[in-house]
Amino acid sequence: MFKLYGKFFAIHLRSQMQYKTSFILTVLGQCLTSFGAFLSIYFLFARFHQVEGFVFQEVLLCHAVVLLSFSLAEIVFRGFDTFAGIISRGEFDRFLLEPRSPMFRTLCTRMEFSRLGRLAEAGIVMAYALSTGVVVWNWAKAGVLLLMIVCGTLLFAGLFTVYASFCFFSIQGLEFMNIFTDGGREFGQYPFTVYGRRILRFFTYIIPLACVQYYPLLYLLDRAPSPWYALIPLGALLFLVPSTLFWRLGVRHYKSSGS
Amino acid sequence: MIQLEHIHKSFRVARRSAGMKAALHSFLHREYTTIHALDDLSFTIGDGEIVGYIGPNGAGKSSTIKVMSGILTPDSGTCRINGRIPWRQRIEHVREIGVVFGQRSQLWWDVPVIDSFSLLQSIYSIPDTLYRQNLEELTQLLHLEELLRTPTRQLSLGQRMRCEIAAALLHSPKILFLDEPTIGLDAVSKLAVRSFIRELNQNKGTTVLLTTHDMQDIEALAQRILLIGRGRLLLDGSLQDLRRRFATGRILTLAYEGGALPQLPGIRVLTQEPGHARLALDTTCTSTADAIKSLSQQLSITDIAVEAPTAEEMVVALYKEYQI
Repeated sequence: MFKLYGKFFAIHLRSQMQYKTSFILTVLGQCLTSFGAFLSIYFLFARFHQVEGFVFQEVLLCHAVVLLSFSLAEIVFRGFDTFAGIISRGEFDRFLLEPRSPMFRTLCTRMEFSRLGRLAEAGIVMAYALSTGVVVWNWAKAGVLLLMIVCGTLLFAGLFTVYASFCFFSIQGLEFMNIFTDGGREFGQYPFTVYGRRILRFFTYIIPLACVQYYPLLYLLDRAPSPWYALIPLGALLFLVPSTLFWRLGVRHYKSSGS
Repeated sequence: MIQLEHIHKSFRVARRSAGMKAALHSFLHREYTTIHALDDLSFTIGDGEIVGYIGPNGAGKSSTIKVMSGILTPDSGTCRINGRIPWRQRIEHVREIGVVFGQRSQLWWDVPVIDSFSLLQSIYSIPDTLYRQNLEELTQLLHLEELLRTPTRQLSLGQRMRCEIAAALLHSPKILFLDEPTIGLDAVSKLAVRSFIRELNQNKGTTVLLTTHDMQDIEALAQRILLIGRGRLLLDGSLQDLRRRFATGRILTLAYEGGALPQLPGIRVLTQEPGHARLALDTTCTSTADAIKSLSQQLSITDIAVEAPTAEEMVVALYKEYQI
């Protein structure tokens, strides 16, 4: 299966390299648009020095983690993110004709390397935030940061999967899902506590974005009430259970209704 | 062996009249109509047959193919293909079938065809030796040498269809479903595709089911025809059966010297000029041989041509008879 994924990876790379100029321009564009988000944080902190007890560099770290996760998810799980097109062009029928799981096949069908621009911007911001010394480093914290990014990526993948599963039922009116995907990315620039208790709860128990961001961030900054906060990102993976079940339900519906 | 018994499938389709008011109304309250795409469909296809599956647009041809390839689960009825239920044992089943949908490509747009093939090798886990052997054979039979290194986007429609067919056969399927394989192809490509399908069937015993609107495909390939209309199987027989039932008329074109056209039962004069006539003959009254005999007794015929209705005309008659 890894070998097959590797083959798909190679073919995507070759396809996208066919249009070099377009590729480079998209990468640059991606990089610049997410730079806008960085600027908005910068200007905010030019006037206020703290937001809910978080300083500029801490918020930047938060922004970088969420953006990094989001852009990784967009590169790897692009098939789920653009699933409406896959259904409407009948590509999904072809997936079902192949002796592979439709989920794996969807994973393989799109990889969006032009999102490397966004990834690069997130990486630069993160490097900057870390270089200012807001985090006192040790190995455990490095592990937690990695865990935040990995679990964050998978959580966004789960959100894309929910979006894709809706496409099995109707291709129309799916824009509301962007509240959680793109919205999650935008909201996630600041630690979720700044939006108030209710929003924090929503992003903890319903869509557990705070689990990869606010709680482990407290651990990184030595402000966590308990060392267990380091493992909270793993809790976000629970989201993959309902999203996978929903996907299965969608596939079953699709097979009984056709496109 | 393909066996379908009493397959039913209906879809609910949202209905809406034209206009802004109707659009608003349907936004609040959707009306659905049920369409019976497949209505008690049963047939059996033996190993090694070539079957032409015909019917007007919307008759249920694609739905049948989807059911048989495991993409669509019917509401009721049974379907067994080589002993498997396609939608239950999808993964084992699809290893044994090849499907060419005219509209849904399995080739990657921007990379050379050979790369798409090699990806299919991995998807189907085709052993290297078998893959090389099949590739070589398909390349030769479908004349793909020049095309393999070309990106799909630069191929013509006919070239692409040949590559699509090859792609569907790399894993040596026992059954091949072709959905309109010759649609939009030029005459040369059509002939190439047809002769390839015939050879495949003869040499490998591959069972082929093809849907088409092109009756020349049927004439060239299908020993057997299934006609479907409004989700029901209307006719199952050979092209000869069809001829016997629907091609009972002949057109005789005569050139003759002297004599008067005789009155014969079952012959109607279409046009008549001195020394030249076109006659319509009903073979249920008078056989063609008898008609020619009587005509030649009374006229001195210099030239005669007999035309039977084309498959195309028969199908029109068929659709008319079943009112589909």
